[in-house]
Amino acid sequence: MTRSPSLAANPLISSWLTVRADGTVTLRVGKAELGQGIHTALAQIAVTELGLAPGQLVVAPLSTAASPDEGFTAGSLSTQVSGAAVRAVSVAARRLFIEATARRAAVPASSLTVVDGAIRTPDGEIVGSYGSLATEVNLDVDAAEAPPPPTAARPAQPDLTRIDLPDKVFGRPRFIQDLDLPGMVHARVIRPPLLRATLAADVPGDQLADLPAGARVVRDGDFLAVLADREEVADAAATRLRGSVKWEPADDLPEESRLTPWLREQQSETSVLADGERGQRTPPGTTVRASYSRGLIAHASIATSCALARFDGRLLEVWSHTQGIFPLRAAIADALGLDRPAVVVHHVEGAGCYGHNPADDVAFDAALLACRTNGRPVRVLWDRAAELGSGPLASAMTADVAAVLDPDGTVRDWTYDVWSNGYNSRPGYAGNPGLLANGYRRGGRPLPPSVDPSLASGLGSGRNAVPPYALGSPRVATHRLLSMPIRTSAIRSLGAHFNVFAIESFMDELAGVAGADPLAFRLARLGDERARAVLQAAADGAGWGQPPGAADTGLGLGYARYKNAGAYCAAAAVVEAGASVLVRRLVLAVDVGRVVNHDGVRNQIEGGAIQATSWTLKEQVRFGRDGITSLSWDSYPVLRFSEIPRVDVIVIDRPGQPSLGAGECSAGPVAGAIANGLFAAIGVRARTLPLSDENVLRAIESMAADG
Amino acid sequence: MPVFLIDVNGEQARVDVEPRTPLLTVLRNDLGLKAAKFGCGQTLCGACTVWLDDRPVYACELPVEAVGDGKVRTLESLGTEADPHPLQRAFVEGQAGQCGYCLPGIIMRAAAFLRDHPLPSPAEVAEALDPHLCRCGSQQRIVNAVLRAATEAAR
Repeated sequence: MTRSPSLAANPLISSWLTVRADGTVTLRVGKAELGQGIHTALAQIAVTELGLAPGQLVVAPLSTAASPDEGFTAGSLSTQVSGAAVRAVSVAARRLFIEATARRAAVPASSLTVVDGAIRTPDGEIVGSYGSLATEVNLDVDAAEAPPPPTAARPAQPDLTRIDLPDKVFGRPRFIQDLDLPGMVHARVIRPPLLRATLAADVPGDQLADLPAGARVVRDGDFLAVLADREEVADAAATRLRGSVKWEPADDLPEESRLTPWLREQQSETSVLADGERGQRTPPGTTVRASYSRGLIAHASIATSCALARFDGRLLEVWSHTQGIFPLRAAIADALGLDRPAVVVHHVEGAGCYGHNPADDVAFDAALLACRTNGRPVRVLWDRAAELGSGPLASAMTADVAAVLDPDGTVRDWTYDVWSNGYNSRPGYAGNPGLLANGYRRGGRPLPPSVDPSLASGLGSGRNAVPPYALGSPRVATHRLLSMPIRTSAIRSLGAHFNVFAIESFMDELAGVAGADPLAFRLARLGDERARAVLQAAADGAGWGQPPGAADTGLGLGYARYKNAGAYCAAAAVVEAGASVLVRRLVLAVDVGRVVNHDGVRNQIEGGAIQATSWTLKEQVRFGRDGITSLSWDSYPVLRFSEIPRVDVIVIDRPGQPSLGAGECSAGPVAGAIANGLFAAIGVRARTLPLSDENVLRAIESMAADG
Repeated sequence: MPVFLIDVNGEQARVDVEPRTPLLTVLRNDLGLKAAKFGCGQTLCGACTVWLDDRPVYACELPVEAVGDGKVRTLESLGTEADPHPLQRAFVEGQAGQCGYCLPGIIMRAAAFLRDHPLPSPAEVAEALDPHLCRCGSQQRIVNAVLRAATEAAR
């Protein structure tokens, strides 16, 4: 078993665990709690392996001053990578404490067990404990030896409940937005309507005089902000300034109605992900082709991004809901020309981010402003319009798919080309700090077009672009745009939401041409038993093959293995096509290997499925030539309570297999299942997301035109 | 700046602010009550929901001068971990939430709703919560938690 990269980078047990004389243990990790419950899952691994009661372990908030560096919290890798590290250090620490106890009590170590932190002999006598040996056992040792793989047998242990939830349900301050620092000043930033724009002229002095009393303007190049002691004064000043300053656009946006052709017309960098052979065959089969597309999607966090910073002339401290405290620290230090040790980033929980949202940008806003307040802490909060319109978005995408269906049912010559902006502009990408304000301030550096994560990291626009089915030797290529008028970056599942939608839609189209049942058509081309199991389970759970229920209602399927290497997930969607498209029910079947926390997995699958339903049915960032127009919940609607489908989750536990992340695997299968369910309901093949009234009507019209 | 005396969670609070200051700002910044959240400032997401005279209101757009003699109640007054409101117990037992940022507003609206609709159907709960957005996709668990609280309260 290879070592977790997190453990390789932080091999000492003491980097992760501190045992105190009172018997409590502090666990330090580098993965951030984003509302996904990762700290609960990691705590569960630690208490299980150490033999502690849940109340004996505390997960420390992340800080670059103390936490192990685990990079970004992204890619559904935390349970897999951080979980493996936590397990290894916990197993190693337990062994050290047991050995120390054995020496002291002169009993064989192999006879000792740990329950609730107490080390016991076989007849139940307590001969030591974590607390009593805390000062004796040295944890500054390498947890190098990989622990034995988890056994298929599982101790009966209930799920740990979410350790962060009580604070939230009882209204106790826990979020970064709730954090007050003594003497802090409130700040608001005035953003241009476009990524590339400059302030048209100096902000005139009379406008400054016009500001509410107590507000102060800070300008650095084209970075413009207001400061005030009271938050509502900063708000009022920002509103006033927004109305009066003029921006000179240095770019314009594509025509919204031409977004799909525009993607194909741009200069792009092609990456070939699969380079299948092609040969003449007789008799020639039927060539099937289709093109799919999707608009831009916003992270649309329920909170607006927030950060605090304090600079005492030597040390810059930043409080942030970033997904990567260490990469953010490096980016801030790089942008400001500071040594990394002079910057400390503390993580404080924010609302769910679902990828690279403005968390890092607002942290840099705060850092910049903290350099101008003579040591007073600065708190910056973005407004809703900036949260939706100035942060990174998920790129629009379009794909061409073609395949040949032979008379014997063989599918060959599968070809897939996808055009997209890149899915990564996180701090440090493309050698750039990647922080929004750094593109505007004097001496800063503009943001280059987004890049894509490597193959080893699961790709970006090419994520899940290679089909999981036996289809001869497919050709798959991505075309990443080299221009970026609208800023893009990582959103939950990256390109997989769109690619799986396209592939799964096309699989149903092929099955239709072949006259085959979509489930049987897929199963016949899926060799992996775990893949077949989830697909069959989702189909069975939703009553596949049974007569349809209500009129205009259909059942569709979607399947993918996330990143073609992670969790297996299949979705079945009951779709009703009335006045609008509604999803009545989703059945998801998932295999994440060994399950750490059963309810945690279910919660992630449910949430991912509902969010993907929202993306698939409703979400599209609208824009004009001079800027994004989806700047409020009115102009960027998301799924509401009364539109939520019933979601059933089937978890296939594989205790002998490594754990895999559950956060992102449902997005693509849900999109495919909904599109296929719509077709099953009313025979309309909608190839453009979202499945809004507008796009579905267009699909109906184009079918009528094709005749 | 004028002084306002407002009843917050059963206590007289004295705040010295401009009349147009949103109640949400007063609660969070002047009184240190952080449960109600800022989400949009436009009454479109429900994160800031508190009670004014037992009815849910959006604190983000309600000026403090409009509170008058009204009684403001926030999630902090609903229950404690030792003595939770049935909804708070049900949300924890049902693990109804992911990031949890939307929960204070949702719980306040649900508590007001259950007073008038002690045994609602799932569809009625969903409709009642439609002013609220939850971006994590916890809606199913949230509706189930409200139903569970209603059932327990009726027992």
